[in-house]
Amino acid sequence: MSDMVENIRPTRTPAFEARLKKRYASERRFKALGLGAILFSIAVLVFLLVTMALNGFGGFQRTELRVPVDFAAAPVSVPADAADERAVVQSLERQGLRDIITFSATEAFGEEGAAQLNSESWRIVAQEIAEDPSLARGQQEFWLPTSEDLASAYAGDGSAELQPLAQQLTEQGHLEDNLDLGFLERADATDPQLVGIWGALKGSILTMIVTLLLAFPIGVLAALYLEEYAPKNRWTDLIEVSINNLAAVPSIIFGLLGLAVFLWIFPSYRSAPLIGGMTLALMTMPVIVIAGRNAIKAVPPSIRDGALAIGASPVQVVFHHVLPLALPGILTGTIIGMARALGETAPLLLIGMRAFVASPPQGFTDNATVLPMQIFLWSDEIDRGFVERTSAAIIVLLVFLLLMNGLAIYLRNRFEKKW
Amino acid sequence: MVMSEATDSPLASQAQKSLEHENIETGEPKMRARDVDVYYGQKKAIDGVNIDVFTEFVTAFIGPSGCGKSTFLRALNRMNDTIPSARVTGTIELDGEDIYASGMDVVQLRARVGMVFQKPNPFPKSIYENIAYGPKIHGLAENKADLDVMVEKSLRRAGLWEEVKDRLDDSGTALSGGQQQRLCIARAIAVDPEVILMDEPCSALDPIATAKIEELIDELRGRYGIVIVTHSMQQAARVSQRTAFFHLGHLVEYGHTSDIFTNPAEKRTQDYITGRYG
Repeated sequence: MSDMVENIRPTRTPAFEARLKKRYASERRFKALGLGAILFSIAVLVFLLVTMALNGFGGFQRTELRVPVDFAAAPVSVPADAADERAVVQSLERQGLRDIITFSATEAFGEEGAAQLNSESWRIVAQEIAEDPSLARGQQEFWLPTSEDLASAYAGDGSAELQPLAQQLTEQGHLEDNLDLGFLERADATDPQLVGIWGALKGSILTMIVTLLLAFPIGVLAALYLEEYAPKNRWTDLIEVSINNLAAVPSIIFGLLGLAVFLWIFPSYRSAPLIGGMTLALMTMPVIVIAGRNAIKAVPPSIRDGALAIGASPVQVVFHHVLPLALPGILTGTIIGMARALGETAPLLLIGMRAFVASPPQGFTDNATVLPMQIFLWSDEIDRGFVERTSAAIIVLLVFLLLMNGLAIYLRNRFEKKW
Repeated sequence: MVMSEATDSPLASQAQKSLEHENIETGEPKMRARDVDVYYGQKKAIDGVNIDVFTEFVTAFIGPSGCGKSTFLRALNRMNDTIPSARVTGTIELDGEDIYASGMDVVQLRARVGMVFQKPNPFPKSIYENIAYGPKIHGLAENKADLDVMVEKSLRRAGLWEEVKDRLDDSGTALSGGQQQRLCIARAIAVDPEVILMDEPCSALDPIATAKIEELIDELRGRYGIVIVTHSMQQAARVSQRTAFFHLGHLVEYGHTSDIFTNPAEKRTQDYITGRYG
C-alpha cells in the first residue's frame, strides 16, 4: 500500500481518470437538462403568444356593412351651437337620423339585410358627423357594424338562414371585416360588435396607480425600518414572520378583508378603483417589503461604515446611500408584486369590481372593472363574437404587462450602480 | 519617483529620529483613554486599556489577529455603536471631553474623529461627490465654489489631485485600489477632522500603493492626530512615532516606536516583534 502511494500519485491512477470522466459526464447531463428546461419554456411561451395573436387578431376586427346614405334626399343639419359631441348626437337623433340610416340600408340591401344592421349604427354615423360635419352633406358611404348574427354568419357559423344573405352581401362587396380601432376606445357593452377594452384598461390603470401609491411607500418604509432601525427582539421576529406569511395568503382572503374593512368604511365606493387599489395594495405590500429587505441587506456594510465615519446621521446614511443602492432590487420586487396585482381577479370579485360598466371610469371613485375581470366576464359570454374579443383583451393585458415590466427594467438599469 | 525608495522611507525614519527623544508625556494628549473595556455581549474583547494619542505623533497599534486593536480603534469614534451587542466602559476623552458622555453628539464626534477602513470603500458616486459629501452634509460649504475649493484641497492633501483632476466626474469605484484608499483618506480629510483613525489601510494594497499611503500619513502628521492599526511591523516602524502592542485584549506595552522595536520592556512584545508568534 505504502509502495503504491509512493510510486503512483493518486491523481494519476486509472481510477481517478474514470472518476474524472464521470464528473464531466454529470456536468454534461446537467447542462443538457438546463438547456432542455429553457427550450421547453420558450416553446410554451411561443405557443401561447402565437395562439393569442392568431385568435386575438380577429378581436381587433369587426364585420361591417357598407351603407350608402343620401343626405341630399334626407337633409340633416349639425347645430352650430352644440356644446359637445353628445349634443350633436342628440340633435341628430331628434332629426331622425336613425330612420334615415334604416331607410338607406333598406334601399341598399332590402328589408332582410337592413334588419341585420346593428341597432346602434346610427350613433356611429352621428359621432362621425359630429367630428366632421361635412359628412352630413350629399352622397356618403359609411362602414357600419352588422348585427352579431350576421357577423357569425359571415364568419361561417351561426344560424343557417343568414348564411345565404351573408354570402350574397359579401359577393356584392357590401360586407367585410374591418380593423376596429374603436375597440381600444370603448367600454363594455352587451353586443360583442360594440364592446371596447378602454373601460377595463382605464380601470386597471387607475387601480394600479392606487396600489402603487399605497404599497410602494409603505412597503419601502417598512423594509427600511425593519432593516435599519428595528431592534432585534421577539416583536420584530414576530412581525417578520407575519409579513412573510402575509405574502403567502391566498388573494381571495384579501378580497374578504377589503369587503369587510374598506367597504365598511367607504360603503358608497363599491366597485371603485380606489377600493380595488387599496385591497391589491395589501396584497402587494408584503412582496415589496420582502424584496426591499433583501435588497437593503445586500448593500455592503462598508458603504454604511464609510458614511457613518464621516459623520452622516443614520437617516442620511439610509437616504443618501442605502436606499439608492437598494432601489434596483426594490423596483424588481415592486414590479413582481404589481404584475401579480394586475392579473388578480379573485379579491376584486368580492368588492364588486365585476359589475357591468358601460362607460370608462372618470376617476378613482367611479364604478370600474379591470382587465382580467373583463376577460373573465367576456369568457363567460356565449356569443361567438366574445371569444375573439376575449383574446383581444388578453393581448391588451399582456401588452400592458410588458410595458410595465419594460418601464421597471429601464428604471432599474438607470439606478443600477456598481460598487 | 522610485517607489522602493519610499518604502524604505528616508522621510519617515528621519522624522522619527528627530522626535525620538521627546518625552511621551509632553503636551496635552488629543485623545486619552482610561480603563477602557469593550464587551461583545458577555465576551470581554478589550480589558483595561490606557492610552494617549497626540496630534504630533502617529500612533500605531500592532498585535496578532483578534487581539482587539481594531475593536479599540472603533471605540475611539464610537463606530462600535453600530454593533448592537458591543458595550464600552471606562472613559475616552477627546480634548478632555468624554466621548461616551450623554451630551456628546455622535455625528459631531465622527466629524471630528474620521476613519479610514481596511478595504477601500468609496461611495458608488463620482470622485467629486465622494469628497464633497462630508462638507455637504455638515453644511461646511456656502456655495459650489467653496465646495470646489474644498474638494481640490482635500484631493491635493491626499496626493490624488494630479491623478484625478481631469476626471472628477468618473465613479470613485473606477479608480485603482491604492487610489481608492487615498480617495477615502481625502474624503475623511474633507471635513477637516482632528483625528484620523486608520484600520489597516494598506492591507489590501500592493507595495507601491502602500508606499504612497505611508508617505501621505507622514505628510498629514501634525495637522491631524493619526492612529493606525497595522499587521506589518515594518509599517509601524516606518510611519509611527508611538507604538502600542496589543495581545488578547490587553495593552501590553505602549511607548516610543524606536523603544518598542529595539528595546521592548515586555517579553511578549519582544516575542511578537521577533516573529516568535502572531
